[in-house]
Amino acid sequence: MSNPQDTRTGKAPVLAPGHTFATVTDKISAIVLSRRTTLGWVVGFGVGLLLTMLLLAAVSYLLVKGVGIWGIDIPVAWGFAIVNFVWWIGIGHAGTLISAILLLLNQPWRNSINRFAEAMTLFAVMCAGMFPLLHLGRPWLFYWLFPYPNTMQVWPQFRSPLVWDVFAVSTYFTVSFLFWFVGLIPDLGTLRDRAHSRLARGAYGFLAMGWRGSARHWKNYESAYLLLAGLATPLVVSVHTVVSFDFAISIVPGWHTTIFPPYFVAGAIYSGFAMVLVIAIPIRKFYSLGDMITMRHLENCAKIMLVTGLIVAYGYLMEHFMAWYRSDEFDAFMVHNRMHGPYAPLYWALIVTNILVPQALWSRRVRQNVGALFGVSIIVLIGMWLERFIIVVTSLHRDFLTSSWGMYYPTKWDWFTFVGTIGFFAMAMYLFIRFLPMISIFEMRTLLPEAEVEAEAK
Amino acid sequence: MKRPPIFGLMAEFESPTELLLASRKAYAEGYRRLDAYSPFPIEEVGEAIGHHHSRVPLVVLVGGLLGGIGGYLMQYWISALNYPINVGGRPLNSWPAFIVVTFEMTILGGALFAVFGMLALNRLPMPYHPVFNVERFAFASKDRFFLCIQANDPRFDRAQTEKFLQSLNPKQVSEVPH
Repeated sequence: MSNPQDTRTGKAPVLAPGHTFATVTDKISAIVLSRRTTLGWVVGFGVGLLLTMLLLAAVSYLLVKGVGIWGIDIPVAWGFAIVNFVWWIGIGHAGTLISAILLLLNQPWRNSINRFAEAMTLFAVMCAGMFPLLHLGRPWLFYWLFPYPNTMQVWPQFRSPLVWDVFAVSTYFTVSFLFWFVGLIPDLGTLRDRAHSRLARGAYGFLAMGWRGSARHWKNYESAYLLLAGLATPLVVSVHTVVSFDFAISIVPGWHTTIFPPYFVAGAIYSGFAMVLVIAIPIRKFYSLGDMITMRHLENCAKIMLVTGLIVAYGYLMEHFMAWYRSDEFDAFMVHNRMHGPYAPLYWALIVTNILVPQALWSRRVRQNVGALFGVSIIVLIGMWLERFIIVVTSLHRDFLTSSWGMYYPTKWDWFTFVGTIGFFAMAMYLFIRFLPMISIFEMRTLLPEAEVEAEAK
Repeated sequence: MKRPPIFGLMAEFESPTELLLASRKAYAEGYRRLDAYSPFPIEEVGEAIGHHHSRVPLVVLVGGLLGGIGGYLMQYWISALNYPINVGGRPLNSWPAFIVVTFEMTILGGALFAVFGMLALNRLPMPYHPVFNVERFAFASKDRFFLCIQANDPRFDRAQTEKFLQSLNPKQVSEVPH
């Protein structure tokens, strides 16, 4: 790549040299304030909008006809809704990992990718949240999930993982939103001061709430930001753990296992980083941000994918080991059925996409090839989706009694809903990069050498 | 107390080091009602103008405790008192099953208090503030650093303070009208 190398470590720098406070500010805010909307943006946004309309159509038809339009039935009552829910919420995890955990670990390379990764989290959790609600059968009664005083005199069952999930996901969304918004406040102030049109100045000024960069404010701000990171760190681990409890607390073979929480969290981060790369690589190219999102960022993301991918592989290995070690015939059958049953092609596709292909990331040449990274990331996203499908469907479709076996085939409405959420996600991301600074401007300023207070003043 | 005719005097600097040295000198000179403005957080500057401790951590602790205790009591009241369901004689106060919701409520309480506490301690939202009357102040969110000594400081004197600020070698000193 054209990026100069860091002389000490031989790695690409986190921020290409030559930037100043002014250039960093101008470059990022110009994308929002003065750059003309390109044809590519309009086309991309338009496709997202069309697919969102498809989602609306699919949901409207669902509200009229009920969940019978989907392929779900007994014994596979969970189907696409839960597959997609787990997949989307997992994707969100990378955003929180980057913004919170890497902040606590003092990793400055997160500063240029945290903002859009957090936006990705928000939109992914929105997509995720739709599925269990639509799957309720009567989605308009979703508020029954929350404990509120009601005339029916009933309350949620707090010993059920499904109720835990409601609390985990809604807390996750709220905290992710707060974290994202707090991070935006100083940058909204910057946009307010840079905007030319009255409308933009008014809108950004309203959102910035009068932020003026006072030293007293920064002190409270930094403290709150760090504590939010500290709170979000256990939260992000807990969310996918609770999602895995939905499965692990049951007695279904293939679900009833203690490895689920760590293996779900690793899988979540795995798919999340794949999505970060899928978003970062085009943004970097089309907005010429190669000096801010450098090869260092892409390589680091690839390394995290490699590690979490290996944890996921360990999870698969342990499932097989436990099925053998436990000597339980239903467990043994479940594993055999995955490998040789009617869904075997999907299982082997899962092994190829999720385990074999990502091993290419061991090679430095692959990690430094943007096209190859993009390809591997897409394959991992498909692989993680297949994993969720295998976990949900193959465990349910042949359980304890042969007489109650069945098959699950998604209908076109399943596909429309799923593709529709991808469109919604894309549309939301396009709007975000057009109207808000996709890289945190104030955190980028702190990366500059001139931001250091000189030694004699210490 | 009578309202002073102006809000204060503001000096503009070009680097964080200059701002830090200026803030220290102003504090040493005895000025207490002063504030420094920078486009990114500089820890030492807050210290230099006498703002040592943030109360945000305490607020977050209170929020987390309220969320956690409230979350557990809610589940206890619902599951053991108001709507008890006897499942095979198992205890109604089944605390291990209540851990997850208690944990989530702790995080939620802490996070809400962190954000709204920070905003409240900073007196935000504040749509109007005199410092924005200085035209150059728009650069405080880009690449310039400002030190403002307020007119309600007991040591403030229009001529003396201006002379003092000029001695700090700023790029410019300007008056901040109300």
